[in-house]
Amino acid sequence: MPEAAVATDSRGVSFCGLSLAHPIINGSGTFDVLAARRSFGAAVDAEFPFSAYVSKTITLESRPGNAPPRLWEAPAGLINSIGLPNRGLTGYLDRDLPALASLPVPLITNVMGSTREQFAELVEGVSARPEVSAIELNVSCPNVKTGLDLGAEPAECAGLVAFLRPITAKPLIVKLTPNTADVPAVAQAAEAAGADAVALINTLRATARHPQGSGDWLGGGTGGLSGPAVRAVALAQVGAVAQRVQIPVIGMGGVQNGRHARELLDQGATLVAVGTESFRDPAAGARIAAELAVAGDPGDL
Amino acid sequence: MTCPPDSVALPGGSERSAADLQRRTLAPFGRRRAEVLDVRPVGAYLVVAVADPVAVFPRPGQFYMLASAERWGGGESERPFLPRAFSVMRVGPTTSDTPVLEFMLEDVGPGTRRLAELQAGERLWLAGPLGLGFELPPPSVPVVLVAGGVGLAPLVMLDDLFEDQGRERQALVGFRDGAHAAGSELIRAPQVSTDDGSVGRRGLVTEALDAVLSTETGAWVYACGPPPMLEGVRRLSAGHQVRCQLALEAGMACGFGACFGCVIATRQGYRRVCVDGPVFDARELETVLVSGHDGHPRSAARHA
Repeated sequence: MPEAAVATDSRGVSFCGLSLAHPIINGSGTFDVLAARRSFGAAVDAEFPFSAYVSKTITLESRPGNAPPRLWEAPAGLINSIGLPNRGLTGYLDRDLPALASLPVPLITNVMGSTREQFAELVEGVSARPEVSAIELNVSCPNVKTGLDLGAEPAECAGLVAFLRPITAKPLIVKLTPNTADVPAVAQAAEAAGADAVALINTLRATARHPQGSGDWLGGGTGGLSGPAVRAVALAQVGAVAQRVQIPVIGMGGVQNGRHARELLDQGATLVAVGTESFRDPAAGARIAAELAVAGDPGDL
Repeated sequence: MTCPPDSVALPGGSERSAADLQRRTLAPFGRRRAEVLDVRPVGAYLVVAVADPVAVFPRPGQFYMLASAERWGGGESERPFLPRAFSVMRVGPTTSDTPVLEFMLEDVGPGTRRLAELQAGERLWLAGPLGLGFELPPPSVPVVLVAGGVGLAPLVMLDDLFEDQGRERQALVGFRDGAHAAGSELIRAPQVSTDDGSVGRRGLVTEALDAVLSTETGAWVYACGPPPMLEGVRRLSAGHQVRCQLALEAGMACGFGACFGCVIATRQGYRRVCVDGPVFDARELETVLVSGHDGHPRSAARHA
């Protein structure tokens, strides 16, 4: 069973049995350590900015991702329509995991299926690997069998978690979608079904019109909004979820500095994930962790 | 379309191929503050000189992510928000062991507008050098540089290297009008084309390239410019069966492979312009043009 957050020293935190050096991790899909090593070399591992590394979403089959353009700069934020490009489970296990074994922090692998059976195959596959410390479920997708959004309905989400729970002893984190009416109800259902933690918020569904032509700008049609533009929404949703569940909450959404991270912790989060800010500052996670560690009010840095 | 191709990352993290080493200087991890030394107009363009505090020297074709340290954001529609990618145009003269980096920019959007307002003494956030630069040619093959507009920047740095090496080359540069054509002073011995014929020959720079490739066999072509021009260069190079490297531009969020936002369709599937490019062998591409799901053309450089 999950443990409550216990500070092990001034910065350390215990999360689902993992001892993490500080509360700042990355949001799934916002930091690719393998690509970062190509740009920055061994410095990425030596100065690793996060206390745990969350992989981008892995699916059963490989995916090319959406047609470009995939990005739209929004007011104080970013709309992305990436489409979960990845090598598929086999490619991840055979090629990515060996390269991730040398990470200086625990690895959390994010997976997504479009049926419970697909999820089960993914969880079974990654759970068997010692490199993986925890598994995050991306439920921001429709169940192709029921047509229901897996993360949008409490019963649908609980059914998925209950189906997967016996398959792995590793911590299961449910990455909740904000694009639904009652996020705390989904979180509560996930907890009751055996989830060890919940993470939120994922991006808010968004789109952009072509500024000159007609129709949508993004190749994928719609995308997800992130960055400071969503921070106030994240604060509200993280607070509401943390009041309804006993399991740890990973809070994220527009965090740019230590004060923003502190606010999510004050709302009841155990860990805080940094996403879009890493695009602006590759080492943002380390900076935010340092700002957070400053005693008292870290200020508006 | 297949899944994203292999990266060169291996356990330990710093394993790289020999070709990669030649084309890429690794960046210090993170971003750093750098002082603007000088901003000077060159026709319709600005050249911004920046004192990099770190002794890291880029390869021709590599780029940096830039953002002003103050007032980045709060413009029209609360933009800019993301840093902007710029090819390094030149490593300027310096008396210190750290480089002076020169960037060429044109005010075409909220990010470039803010950068265009920079004054000497202000500070920039700088991350880089990033990406894979140009593969250098074997000795004694003819070399043709082809630039369109602000795409001149990475070719200036390549031209500087060839000058140091004493290598012969031709520089074909195209601009829309006379004000922009003043940018041709940034490179040696430019052969200028303008759309309106106000400077040099009237017409497209690709027409000048076609003429050169008709007499010059076995040339290596290096090109940077707007996508329609690069698509023309790609087709000509294929038709004349010459090696061609294209430095691409794409809207990027991060510049270091994190966001997967800047992909271009290649014959091996989508590849990230920031870590697999920005320089691509033209043979890898079916087209340089980007279309959305509706087939309408998109400029990949919306984040201007």
